[in-house]
Amino acid sequence: MNIIFFYITVIAYLLATFISIAYLILHNDKILGVANKTILVGFSFHTLTIVSRWVEAGRPPFANLHEVFSLFSWMVVIIYLLLRFRYRLAVLGAFVAPFAMLLLITASFLPKEIIPLAPSLESYWLPIHVGLAFLGNAFFAMTFLFGIMYLIQEHYLKSKKVGGLYFLLPSLDILDELSYRCLTYGFPLLTLAIITGALWAEYVWGSYWSWEPRQAWSLITWFLYAALLHGRLTVGWRGRRAAIYSIISFLILVGSFIIIKLFAWGAHAVFK
Amino acid sequence: MNIITVGLSHKTAPVEIREKLSFPSQTIGEPLNRLCTSYGINEGVIVSTCNRVEVFAVTRDIEKGLWQVKKFLSDYHNIPLEELDEHLYSYTAEDAVKHLFRVCAGLDSMVIGEPQILGQAKDAYGYALQHKTAGIIMNKLFHKAFSVAKRIRTETKIGSSAVSISYAAVELAKKIFGTLQGRSVMLIGAGEMAELAARHLLSNGVQEILIANRTYEKAIEVAKSFNGTPIMFREFTHYLKKVDIIVASTAAPRFIIHPEQIEEVIKERKNRPMFFIDISVPRNIDPLINNIDNIYLYNVDDLQGVVEANLKERVKEAKEAEAIIHEELGNFHRWVKSLDVVPTIVALKKKLEQTRKSELEKGLSGLNGLQEKDIQAIDAMTKAIVNKIAHDPVTHLKKEANKVEGDFYIEATRRLFDLDKEEEELVKKIEES
Repeated sequence: MNIIFFYITVIAYLLATFISIAYLILHNDKILGVANKTILVGFSFHTLTIVSRWVEAGRPPFANLHEVFSLFSWMVVIIYLLLRFRYRLAVLGAFVAPFAMLLLITASFLPKEIIPLAPSLESYWLPIHVGLAFLGNAFFAMTFLFGIMYLIQEHYLKSKKVGGLYFLLPSLDILDELSYRCLTYGFPLLTLAIITGALWAEYVWGSYWSWEPRQAWSLITWFLYAALLHGRLTVGWRGRRAAIYSIISFLILVGSFIIIKLFAWGAHAVFK
Repeated sequence: MNIITVGLSHKTAPVEIREKLSFPSQTIGEPLNRLCTSYGINEGVIVSTCNRVEVFAVTRDIEKGLWQVKKFLSDYHNIPLEELDEHLYSYTAEDAVKHLFRVCAGLDSMVIGEPQILGQAKDAYGYALQHKTAGIIMNKLFHKAFSVAKRIRTETKIGSSAVSISYAAVELAKKIFGTLQGRSVMLIGAGEMAELAARHLLSNGVQEILIANRTYEKAIEVAKSFNGTPIMFREFTHYLKKVDIIVASTAAPRFIIHPEQIEEVIKERKNRPMFFIDISVPRNIDPLINNIDNIYLYNVDDLQGVVEANLKERVKEAKEAEAIIHEELGNFHRWVKSLDVVPTIVALKKKLEQTRKSELEKGLSGLNGLQEKDIQAIDAMTKAIVNKIAHDPVTHLKKEANKVEGDFYIEATRRLFDLDKEEEELVKKIEES
């Protein structure tokens, strides 16, 4: 059942992406309304996908890469919905839809059979640890998207050739501010994820930190975003530089995650 | 009844012709009255602006009506019709309505979507009301045109992007800073254009304004008019780090702001963005500063480029506006049709019959001991009374309606018997749906 819901979600996000592109070309607010509604429909089915998979597997759905991509995409859409509600930033949907779709398309190519969880991982800590990590990363995904939007808008303003997306995107100030907000939500979540992970490692394996690749990478990610936060708070990093930094950091984050999953190194390999 | 329009605009006539044909608002009463006493013209409104002169009129016979209006324009201004005719366009019936809708929405304007024309059309209609040359059809037509224009303004973005250089500067500032609330601006040199830009910035929320000028007295004078702070010209560089927006318009023949200087300033500002507007020719600000992060520099040509891009965007929005007009046109057409004599007679008869029935019911309920036969007799009697009373008005209405002043009869009937109440409710319902 979860697979059917999954494909309906993929189709809905695909549609939302096409409609969003139509909006970006035609600048018609009615089209944007349709796109945003399509995302909502997709999100409903996405939620059904997650819930039904959880029920069918009898455990939280993040045991293989397929589940991980789907769950991550779902969290990104949740944060998008929260931001849209809070800031009335309608155009954001046009960027989130393709992003969520790409994640799901990737998930659709990965093995989808339900595999059991290693006994050592059956604990209440696991959903908390993974949930925090994903939520934090979903906020970083937003800083990535805002970074892209910032660079596009900045390019229009610097090159003095206004047109196209210039009319649709919000001001540089708002994009920078939102990127910063998402960073300030994402960073504490990532920190908590690392702490809960360490506590849990101590509980299961008797050691807080074992320098296995996933841990090492999460620490590197943490330092990357700590540096960005520090730069923003004290040195006055902002705008273009912060945007580029957010984009690169997120690419490193995603790249490292995939590499480690694919090669299944260390304790986190039990997921495979 | 038919709506017609005859006129010319910037699209069909050069300014020499337009100015000859214009009607000054102070003396508009006379031409309005002359127009409406022309044979076959029942109602009239004259819209006269610097870009267009248009006569909207109501007539029974389209061909004769058009000719009358043309003749009126030619006679009134003493221009031979042959000379005028090549510049004149005319629309009739639904096309005339559509034309007015487009004009009021700014779709026919030189700068698409500009809002002034709506105010001018409102004035023109006001004059016609004042001089009693606008009747039931013109009233409805213009009110409808105003509401369509308003709808277009709210539902499309036709008027939202700036089409003048000083507004374009404000719009760019908003794209950089988000809100202009609490931002500060510095004028270096004071000129008409700089002051205009400053005025727009202030009305959009900019709080603080500094004015530097070579002659300090001039700075003081300008500062007074903006409630700003004058500063010494040679000291303006010290204040750069305190302001977000800089408008330069001095007569200096060389650059007075350099990249090295700005690199220092932006560091001190912890990279908070700055927007430089250079409206001086020759330029006052080294264009290289645009390469510095968080610095945005626009000169006059750049702003002109923005204006042109905005105009293109308005053309896009205009397509949506045309769709709205098409939709509203259908509603209006339905109403105009109802003004013919037949629907008026039907409405009149319906109203009389309704009144008779309700009064009959009331009357009968107060009477006791009547037999079925009596009730039928009373019913037949009231019917006969109503028909007798209605007979003459209906006959005359039918006869008069085909004459030139038929509309007055129809209008009078509709007003005397309050027939438009239902009609208006119907139109409202159509509009709402």
